[in-house]
Amino acid sequence: MKTAASWLSVLCLVAFIAARPAAADIAVTDATGNAVTVPKAGPVISIGGSVTEIAHALGQVDRVVAVDSTSLYPPAVTEKPDVGYMRQLAAEPILALQPALILAVEDAGPPAVLDQIREAGVPVVLVPDEPTPHGVLDKIDIVAAALGVPAKGDALRAALRAELDGLAAKIAKVSERPRVLFMLSIGQGRVPMVAGLDTSAAGIVELAGGINAVEGFNGYKPLSPEAAVAAAPEVLLITNRSLELLGGEQGLLAIPEIAVTPAGQSGQVVAMDGLLLLGFGPRTGKAIRQLAGHLHPGLSLRAAAD
Amino acid sequence: MSSVAASGLAAVAERHRRRSIFAISALAVGFVAIFLLSVGWGAVPIPPGQVVAILAEPLGLDLPWAFDTRESTVLLAIRLPRAVLAVLTGAALAVSGAALQGLFRNPMADPALIGVSNGAALAAVGVIVLGVGTGVFGLYALPAAAFVGGLVATVIVYRIASRGGRTEIATMLLAGIAINAMAAAGIGMLIFISDDRQLRELNFWLLGGLGGVTWEKLLPAVPFVLLAVVVIPLLARRLNALLLGETEALHLGFHVENTKRLIVTLAALATGGTVALTGVIGFVGLVVPHLVRLLIGPDHRILLPASILLGAGLMLLADLFARTIVLPAELPVGILTSCVGGPFFIWLLVRYRAIGGW
Repeated sequence: MKTAASWLSVLCLVAFIAARPAAADIAVTDATGNAVTVPKAGPVISIGGSVTEIAHALGQVDRVVAVDSTSLYPPAVTEKPDVGYMRQLAAEPILALQPALILAVEDAGPPAVLDQIREAGVPVVLVPDEPTPHGVLDKIDIVAAALGVPAKGDALRAALRAELDGLAAKIAKVSERPRVLFMLSIGQGRVPMVAGLDTSAAGIVELAGGINAVEGFNGYKPLSPEAAVAAAPEVLLITNRSLELLGGEQGLLAIPEIAVTPAGQSGQVVAMDGLLLLGFGPRTGKAIRQLAGHLHPGLSLRAAAD
Repeated sequence: MSSVAASGLAAVAERHRRRSIFAISALAVGFVAIFLLSVGWGAVPIPPGQVVAILAEPLGLDLPWAFDTRESTVLLAIRLPRAVLAVLTGAALAVSGAALQGLFRNPMADPALIGVSNGAALAAVGVIVLGVGTGVFGLYALPAAAFVGGLVATVIVYRIASRGGRTEIATMLLAGIAINAMAAAGIGMLIFISDDRQLRELNFWLLGGLGGVTWEKLLPAVPFVLLAVVVIPLLARRLNALLLGETEALHLGFHVENTKRLIVTLAALATGGTVALTGVIGFVGLVVPHLVRLLIGPDHRILLPASILLGAGLMLLADLFARTIVLPAELPVGILTSCVGGPFFIWLLVRYRAIGGW
């Protein structure tokens, strides 16, 4: 009996010791379905504007030692070291920052570089990036899990969910849904690209009670005269930065393809911050309210937070 | 009198020989130094002792400098393949440029002129924008397409210029210009239909860069570059004879048409093999041979090996800057080579003019 008890205690001790490293680490299933083991603490490099925003909303931005060039909010993060554009990362400079974890949006790359980082023993968690309310909530879940703050993640998720549900209920009541053409400028003097289906722009337009004016294709395509006429947009949606590149509202309305559309004639232009509008981060509710406020001026969507 | 002239000539030849040996040795030493520097230097600080210990470990040597996996991964899986790619690229571009300038007897010739760079670029951009083949070939879709695209463009250029077993060099030059223009138009077309994400990706490819290379991506290119680096210098005497003119070379007993075919093939394979991995890197193939001519004269027996060493060394140096000056990001190395290569080429032009033209 005595020996059995001592054996049991030894067993317990062994089990305890064996379990200890697992307790210090967190297992996360990322966007690619890979199980990634990440340490509970240590410096993090955040790749992708919305990922950085979520880290901030979870109160974990102090752990972030570097960001990519798409991380622009909150403005303070732009003072952190910038590892470059998220699709064109370089392995060695990232490893030089001695991160314990790389949190990156799904599209980050190139894949070979991410492999090199993993090979050096740094875990990489890819965060899914689906432009739907469900997608944002998923994103928060994974970021919170990887940063070891699931409780804060649940709170943020619940709050955002309530906000989005409330907005959806109000917006569901609108009778008229304007056709919205989203445009992205890719350089001075170049034809703007317009958003087709399956884009963040189409997602946010729909959530704000509009109809994406382009229906024929997925992704972004350069605007063609026929496409502009066929789309017949009633509202032109554009990021502040693109509008600036196109020479302001006048420059935009002077584009012949735009001028012939209903929106071009009535001068209905809505300009918003690019990351707020397309980021699908914790500020998605604010983005919907801002855009819906322009699309449905009669609707009262004001929240205490704004 | 004639013996005085003969001994004077012998003295000149001896001086030339000594100068050549000195130049080659200096370039070789410089190349080794730059190679060690670029393997040892980067964003992750690794002390020289650890560098040696990490490199010695696979050879079964256990040296007293302790290192961790991060340091060994950075060195063996990131820096070393990248440095080797820089060497291959610089050597391939420079030796191809030197041989083609000799073959075309035209100072403007470089590997891009036979269509290989733009053909490769067109195919690569096609893969990025249209996404063809990425499912079947995965990792290798882009480099394989670029390699094949480069060769196809070169074959077209060569075919246009060949008739009845003879290849007209002037026609080939002009055909190269035409094919390049057509490839550029194709790239423009693909850029036009690309979306913003593809645009970023293909822009980076067109700017040229050595980042993200792995051993498995690198190894297929090695035999093509080695072939050019070994065989082209063996053709030095033929190229020297060709400097006199095609008829003269023929009368000296060289197979002129064979030489043309061989050089164009070797240059296209080597350039295609590296461009497929790096994207378009400007000016190295054009400037390096001129720099060598300026230093040690136009004798291909020295020019070709010296171009290999200088091309490889300068490429390493350019990449060392590209990956360290904007930390923690990286600059595409093609920007750097063109930035430095352009003004340098102008300086070269002015200088050549001052000493009596080409």
